[in-house]
Amino acid sequence: MRVILALAVLIFGSTGGEIAITYGMKAIGEPKRLRPLELIQFLGRAVRNGWFWAGVPLMALSFYSLLILLSWEPISLVIPASALSYVVGTLGAKYILGEQISTARWAGVLLVCAGVALVAAG
Amino acid sequence: MASERRLRIKTLVMVLAMVVCANAGDLMLKRGMSQIGAVQLTEAGIAQAFRLTVTSGTIWVAIFFLSGFMLSYMTVLSWADYSYVMPAGAFGYALLTLLAVVFLHESVSLRRWFGVVLICVGVLLVGQTKPRTTASAGEAVARCA
Repeated sequence: MRVILALAVLIFGSTGGEIAITYGMKAIGEPKRLRPLELIQFLGRAVRNGWFWAGVPLMALSFYSLLILLSWEPISLVIPASALSYVVGTLGAKYILGEQISTARWAGVLLVCAGVALVAAG
Repeated sequence: MASERRLRIKTLVMVLAMVVCANAGDLMLKRGMSQIGAVQLTEAGIAQAFRLTVTSGTIWVAIFFLSGFMLSYMTVLSWADYSYVMPAGAFGYALLTLLAVVFLHESVSLRRWFGVVLICVGVLLVGQTKPRTTASAGEAVARCA
């Protein structure tokens, strides 16, 4: 039970955090050119964005949850189980960020998810 | 059409930067922490581990790469779909397996190779799709005007 709870925190924390950061980055807009000065200005806009600061603690929470899980269960179980976050993240991208997930993209995500599970299981 | 091509190329470059930085960072972090050794969970042990980590060159190299990962991730998400970038990041698992075979001469199970193939095919499939399916801020303004 505690493993499932920690796994849920891991998956929803990382995808929730990344979705919040994506939302923030889309709101501040892309750097016009990929030059050091423009990247620094981009970073300056990012740290003044609320969504960025909503995402960071969620990702930190998910990281701590991963550390705790790794102290309970072997990595060959934890990483394959966390591969579910590819599916959760794609659902979040569709329903929260409004991205269009074509059949090809869904197929690719599912293959990646299964592949990560197999690689981490060893 | 030229802008579509430019979008694909810069997305590819940033995703590669992301994968390289994340893997190099994790590797350095692992090396640095094993140099420090197992951390004793007492006040003195944690203080000692803190002193050793902030003075370790390897850990600072790891922090440099992981910051590079975060910056490239944030940058690419400012123009590309989350559902496009996120699966592409899994290419790192495939890359790590190849590096382990070539440089560390590790033996890799058939199951793991099958996983590597699935990841590569999956990333290629996602790569074929449009990197951005939502309107950019500029387009949204143009439509509202």
